[in-house]
Amino acid sequence: MSDSHAVATTAEAGHHEHPSYQRHHFVSMEQQNETVSFGMWLFLLTEIMFFGGLFTAYLIYRNWYYPAFVAASHTLNIVEGSLNTLVLITSSFTMAMGVWCAETKRHKGLVWSLIATLILGLGFLGIKADEYHEKYVLHHIPGTTFSAEGFVHPNEEALKAGEKPLAPDMAAKTEVYFSLYFAMTGMHALHMIIGIALLSGMLFKAWRGGYMNGHIAFVENFGLYWHFVDIVWIFLFPLLYLISRHQ
Amino acid sequence: MSTIVSLPDQTTARVPKRNYITNENGILSWLLTGDHKRIAMLYLISITFFFFIGGALAGLIRLELLTPQSDLMAADTYNKIFTMHGVVMIFLFLVPSVPATLGNFLIPIMIGAKDLAFPKINLLSWYLYLVGGALTLGAMITGGVDTGWTFTTPMSTHFSNTNVITTGLAIFVAGFSSIFTGLNFIVTIHRMRAPGMTWFKLPLFCWAHYAASILMVLGTPVLAITLVLVVLERTIGIGVFDPTKGGDPILFQHLFWFYSHPAVYIMILPGMGVISEVISTFARKRVFGYTAVAFSSVAIAVFGFFVWAHHMFIMGVSNYAVLVFSLLTMLVAVPSAIKIFNWAFTLYKGSITFETPMLYAFGFMGLFTIGGLTGVFLGSAGTDIHLTETYFIVAHFHFVMVGGMLMAFLSGVHFWWPKMTGRMYPEKISQLAAVVTFIGFNFTFFPQFLLGMLGMPRRYAAYPPEFQVLNVFSTAGASILGVGYLLPIIYLLWSLKYGEIAGNNPWQATGLEWQIQSPPLTENFTTIPVVTQDVYDYEWLERQKEHEVTHVG
Repeated sequence: MSDSHAVATTAEAGHHEHPSYQRHHFVSMEQQNETVSFGMWLFLLTEIMFFGGLFTAYLIYRNWYYPAFVAASHTLNIVEGSLNTLVLITSSFTMAMGVWCAETKRHKGLVWSLIATLILGLGFLGIKADEYHEKYVLHHIPGTTFSAEGFVHPNEEALKAGEKPLAPDMAAKTEVYFSLYFAMTGMHALHMIIGIALLSGMLFKAWRGGYMNGHIAFVENFGLYWHFVDIVWIFLFPLLYLISRHQ
Repeated sequence: MSTIVSLPDQTTARVPKRNYITNENGILSWLLTGDHKRIAMLYLISITFFFFIGGALAGLIRLELLTPQSDLMAADTYNKIFTMHGVVMIFLFLVPSVPATLGNFLIPIMIGAKDLAFPKINLLSWYLYLVGGALTLGAMITGGVDTGWTFTTPMSTHFSNTNVITTGLAIFVAGFSSIFTGLNFIVTIHRMRAPGMTWFKLPLFCWAHYAASILMVLGTPVLAITLVLVVLERTIGIGVFDPTKGGDPILFQHLFWFYSHPAVYIMILPGMGVISEVISTFARKRVFGYTAVAFSSVAIAVFGFFVWAHHMFIMGVSNYAVLVFSLLTMLVAVPSAIKIFNWAFTLYKGSITFETPMLYAFGFMGLFTIGGLTGVFLGSAGTDIHLTETYFIVAHFHFVMVGGMLMAFLSGVHFWWPKMTGRMYPEKISQLAAVVTFIGFNFTFFPQFLLGMLGMPRRYAAYPPEFQVLNVFSTAGASILGVGYLLPIIYLLWSLKYGEIAGNNPWQATGLEWQIQSPPLTENFTTIPVVTQDVYDYEWLERQKEHEVTHVG
């Protein structure tokens, strides 16, 4: 009895031609597309949990060390931060254009959209690097070189802008703020770097004429990833730069 | 003893020539495979390897504790040994044990699919597991780590001079392996079910894995970011957990246990899935209260996310938090009890037979119940303060993890061994192994409840002489337990060549996996099945057999 089933390899009834990019274990292209995009959304959910730990820490410490968080937030470069927000939102737009071009099979449009996204992504990282450098100059990088001196004795410029000196023990807590600042923006930047690496590979393939046969799952899912990274920044920007602006 | 085993005539039977093992040859066909069954076998080999490493470390711990003095090894060596025992057993054995092996092998077949949704990600998850395992071994060989598997701050960030970073990265990588497994299962169960396979026709094994996958997908990333912060704190000195800079070590505890408590359910839920299948098969009955058991898995997953602070009652959390988390902890007992009671009712008036998987399943039910009930002592705020950080808690989680999960794992391996390999394991000696394991387990861990009640603290190499008698019992039991674990590996390997031919359905079980050949074809099904029967429908199986007889005869 055991072998009777094994030998019976029935010819697959109703087996019609599948596109070459349909994986063998899916019944239809529709099933494959649904499955892949479901998987991507689920992956983004894990990413939310990943950043969630950092947001929790931010929430708690902001409540505990409110004056330090306000003072430290004032030292951030609001101009570069806003510029970066603009750059990133624009890159999301160009990425969305890229997905649309892939859907409508516009080769040139896809390539140019991806190039624009790549340049904007690199631009974001460049501006971020300049901000990091500024923190380095001000000794705001947590660790052995950190100094909270500027919060205990603000310089004249800061005093003129209405900055109040902090007590030394509260000023020291700005290191927690900058720890979170670097952990959060650093993790975000790491996601950007991974995104740019994937984007470069995709651009190469698009330039060679890829994604024009209607199989654009990779472009779509990368688009979702890119927008997700964008949305993380949309939360980081107000939390780190804006909400303490006028206090 | 009556038995339900029905094997084909051994003189004429043979293992099907074409199956997933013989389909392709060569080492590369295994290392680059996308076949969920082959990846399951790769996982089975690797987790067995790490289980024996973790077991050897446990043996060293028990040997050291044979005498009150710290004589076999120095105290700091002892710290490293128990840390590595915990890290290896939890992250490299228990978390992937049932899901990555049996779950990987069976979920696509049980739902009538040809493979998991993402075969390449499945393979990637095995490689990530290997990288995590290699890093852990590397950390162990180059000096070990002594923080305990919990990486408690500020011990791990400031005071330990051991390989915390390497071990942390190892767990980070292994964590992603677990995330990918969970992600694959959820998507597969949602999108890959065969026509007619509705949610309430899913075997309970799939429900349990679905619930465990939710925990893997939502919990593990939090552990990942926590470990990143620990590593950053150790390397460049950020101040998130450092009290001297204004950080809070308790926050580390919150984040760590937000994963690590649900992780307990990641470990136990798939085991519960195995038990549901085994109990039903060897009682010849549909699982009593199928819907309740299915939803109790999901309920455990949901409640599991809201009880983490019961690990922190003595760590300075507020009394109100203790009150709330103590209450929530009691709530988890409800779905767990639903499962135990429903299995008991499944047995009631069933035609029970006592094959090896069933013996292990009985072991699970008894030991898990004891483990669960002692959990009530630890979840209650008052008794917890006396019992936590003593051997009572060590005994408690070993009853759940070893008495529960390992029994379930062995039950499942025996139950599906004929499906995975096409051959039966030898019945008598494996029944012996199950009994030896049960006896050895109780000898090892029951004395530890008493030791904990008497106040012996955990994690010390030396102890006052009055505790020696019970410790000798425990060490003696551990050696019996060791025999219980060595036996299966010997006879299971033996059976690969000399075991009896199993045939398609040696247990006369109802699952879809038993309706195909053993070992299965690479594509599992020649045609995708259309599911018309109910789950655990033994009457349907009887009709199938009659039908088959009229057909052949």
